Order: sequence, then C-alpha cells, then structure tokens
Amino acid sequence: MFITLNRITKSGFINFWRNGWLSTATVLIMTITLAAWTSIFLLNVVLTSVLDMLAEKVDVSVYFNLDTKESNILSLKSKLEGLNEVASVEYVSAEQALEIFKKSHAGDEVLIKSVQELTDNPLEASLNILAKDSSNYGVIADFIDQSAEKNTISKINYTENKVVIDRLNNIIRILRQSGAVAGLALAFIAFLVAFNTVRLAIYSSREEITVMKLVGASNWFVRGPFIVEGILHGLIGALFSLAIVVSIVAFLGPKLLNFLPEINMVNYIGDNFWFLLLFQALGGIILGVFSSWVAVRKYLNV
Amino acid sequence: MIRFENISKIYNSHSVALKDVTFEVNPHEFVSLVGRSGAGKSTLLKLLIAEEKPTSGKIFFNRQNVLKMPNRELPFLRRQIGAVFQDFKLLPNKTAYENVAFAMEVAGKSEREIKNDVSRVLDLVGLKDKMNNFPRELSGGEKQRVAIARAMVHRPSVIVADEPTGNLDPINTWDIIRLLLKINELGTTVILATHDKEIINALERRVVSLENGTVARDENPGRYILS
Repeated sequence: MFITLNRITKSGFINFWRNGWLSTATVLIMTITLAAWTSIFLLNVVLTSVLDMLAEKVDVSVYFNLDTKESNILSLKSKLEGLNEVASVEYVSAEQALEIFKKSHAGDEVLIKSVQELTDNPLEASLNILAKDSSNYGVIADFIDQSAEKNTISKINYTENKVVIDRLNNIIRILRQSGAVAGLALAFIAFLVAFNTVRLAIYSSREEITVMKLVGASNWFVRGPFIVEGILHGLIGALFSLAIVVSIVAFLGPKLLNFLPEINMVNYIGDNFWFLLLFQALGGIILGVFSSWVAVRKYLNV
Repeated sequence: MIRFENISKIYNSHSVALKDVTFEVNPHEFVSLVGRSGAGKSTLLKLLIAEEKPTSGKIFFNRQNVLKMPNRELPFLRRQIGAVFQDFKLLPNKTAYENVAFAMEVAGKSEREIKNDVSRVLDLVGLKDKMNNFPRELSGGEKQRVAIARAMVHRPSVIVADEPTGNLDPINTWDIIRLLLKINELGTTVILATHDKEIINALERRVVSLENGTVARDENPGRYILS
C-alpha cells in the first residue's frame, strides 16, 4: 500500500517535470482561473462594502415639536429600539442640534450672529433612526405614525425622501443581484477553461492510459499520477495567482483609498492573507483533482 | 492452459472478425497464428487479454473463464500474460528502464527486486547500455526489444506477440524471433501472430491458420499455407 502510494506520487512529480510545456500551459491556465476567481471574490467584497456604505447613508429623522418633553422622546426611542428592523436610534437634543448647526456654519458670520441674537433655540430635537435594512424604513415610519407620541412629532423626513430612498433601495438590490450573477457566470466560465485545458492535456495521454491498463495496472495506479499532477497544477497556480492578486492590490489599493476612504483593500488583504492563500490553494487543488479525475475516467475503461 | 471455445466476434453484419473459433494452447508451446490482414489474429489476442469482449463463446486461462472476470480482476489476469504489439506501445515519457520496471511496479514488487530483474532482462535483450534512453531515442528494433523485456520481466506464463516484427527490417526481425524462441526455451508459452511466411516456415512449430475468421488448419509442425 505504502510502496504503491510512494510510486504514484513519484510518478506524478516525474510526469509533471517531463511534460514541461504541457505542465507550464496548464499551470498558466490554473493561475488565470484562480486569479479570476479571487478577483471576482474581492470585487464582490468591494461592491458589498460600497453598497453597505450607501445603505448606511440612508437614515430617517423624526423631528419633535419644540415643547415636547424629553421623557416622551426617550420613551419613543426605547420603543423603536425594541423593533427588530431597527439597527440603532440616536437622540439629538435641541441643544445638541444647535451645537451641530453652529459647528457646520462656523465660517458664516451672518448666520452665527443671527442665531446668537435669538433668545430661544429654534431647532427641534430629533431621533435619527438607522434600519438594519434600508427597505425597512416604510415599516418603521408606519410604526411611528401609529405610536402614542404621534402628536408630539413635527415631521418625519422619510415621507419627504421616500421616492429617493425607494429608488436607492432598488439600485442597491439590482447591483447586489447582478453582481452575484455576473460573478457566478464569470467564475463558471473560468472553471470551464481550466477544466477543458486539463481534459485536453489528458486526451494527449489517452494511449498511454490504455497501455498502462494492458500491462496490468489497476485503475488507481493509472489515475494516481494524474491526480498528483492535478494537485501540483492547482497548488503552483494558486501561488502564482496569489502573487498576482497581491501585486495588483498593492498597486491599486492606495488609489482606491483616495475616493473610497472606507475601503482599505491593502489592509483587507493583510488581514485575510491566510484565508486567501487557503481559498486559492483549496480552489486550485479541487479544480485540478476534479478535472483530472473526470478526464482520466473516460479512458480507463479498457 | 489457454482454451478458445466457440469464439465469435461480430462487429456488425458486414464485419465478422471471428466465427466459431475453437482451439487450445498447452503449457510451454510456441504457437504461431497466421492469416492475412483482417483474418482475426489480432482480435483473438485482444480477446485473451480482455482488451475486447467476444460476441459469443468462452475463453479459459488456467481454467478460469476470462469473460466472467469482474473488471477489478483484469489487472491480475494481464500480469500473468506478457503482451508485445506491432506498434510497441511503450510509454513515451518513461525511459527504457522505467518502461520495463512499470510492469513490475504495477504488481507491487519491491525496489530491490525491480532493480535486479530489470537490469538482468535488459541485459538479456541487449539493451543494458540504453536503459536510460527514452523511446524516441531508440530505433524500431530497440523499441521492440524493450517491449519484449517489459512483457517478460514479471515472468508471465504466456507471452502474446501481435505482429511484433511488422515494423522491423529483416535483421531486427530475426533478433526478435530468436528472443521469443529463447523465452520459450526458458519455459514460457509463446503465441505469435504474424503474416510473415519466411518466419513461419523457418520455425517449424505449431501453426494455426485463420481464414475469414475461422480456423482453416491447425498443424504441428505447420507451414504457411493460405488458399
């Protein structure tokens, strides 16, 4: 058993080496396939983060009448926090609203002066509600509309922005779906290219397979070295592909950071290096072994 | 030892390779199968090593019905039969040594045994100094000698040779025939399929003549006579 395994492994390595050009071509195709898979995966990560960021920009603010008691506002806040659809609720008191207003208009002296001349704070207290999913704002708005605090509310900006929010939700949904579909389609095409390359490589060995069988080799003794070669193609392809992906991210990552400061691809690769290595190595090995297995099976029937 | 019993092989109604063929091969015999191209010689040998299956009939090897063997047992049958082909069928990516060693590796022989036997057999066929050459670096005669070395290295009880000299010049042809005779003298049964009249007549051994898929003559010693 051990002696056979040893022979199969050795034979796989020797064939890999002696098939020079064929091995190089197969490794190249494996590299491209794995790099394509990883790029699709990383682009999906970027797309998801961009869409999450967009979704987070959508929130709903509830403004309260000037004379509303803080306890009423806080009671609505705790009710909202109890809702499944709500991710977070932030309370901005009238004083805080004034501070924010002053800060954001610090350069505008006329405005600041006119505010200072006012004896009363004209700004309303508000609750900023962030939903877990941006499609939930309708439900939340309805909930507020039916609550006991309804009379203390001066306005809900959801009603004003409903059309925009809905449109944005649609765009996000379509982008997520089409991103996933396009990704899967591309990944499948890449798989077919690699699979067929291995099949062609093994097609060129079909007569050898027959000879091995006629000399008395068992199916495993014939198949084994091809599987070992498949593992080598996949592993080496994974290493090359990782090198390519890391170089591209090192080059493009900082540029991406300029206009999407929230997405740091370089850090992402750094944090997930071992995962990516494993993802590629496993992907390569599974691809190589599966393709070899299927391709050899066809010629074993002697 | 080997018995073909009412063997027929019909590819389709226009192509009948063998029709009701029955004969037996005894241990240590040297049997020549003769006939024109298409007479069914190769088909018969392919049936013995289970490369093809007959349409009807039985084939016995050491009292075992070859046709009843499950697929996973075929490697064991083939390890008892050494096969030599007209087109050599060497593995192009293996050296002469590795090609011969392969027949022992599949049977799980130890490295030491392989080293001893392969060197000895390559010496016997006169190729010891070319054992590290790849098939593409060998002449036709040398390739066929490697193939014979591979067929005999694991000491099979039978060697079947299908037109082994078909691609060789007269000098190489006789080298190969002498090798087969030597192997036979050492106790191995040899079945030689050929259409080379000169060889058959010089051998003076048993001859089974096939014509249109049937046994036309079976004589010991026989000559090359085709109507």
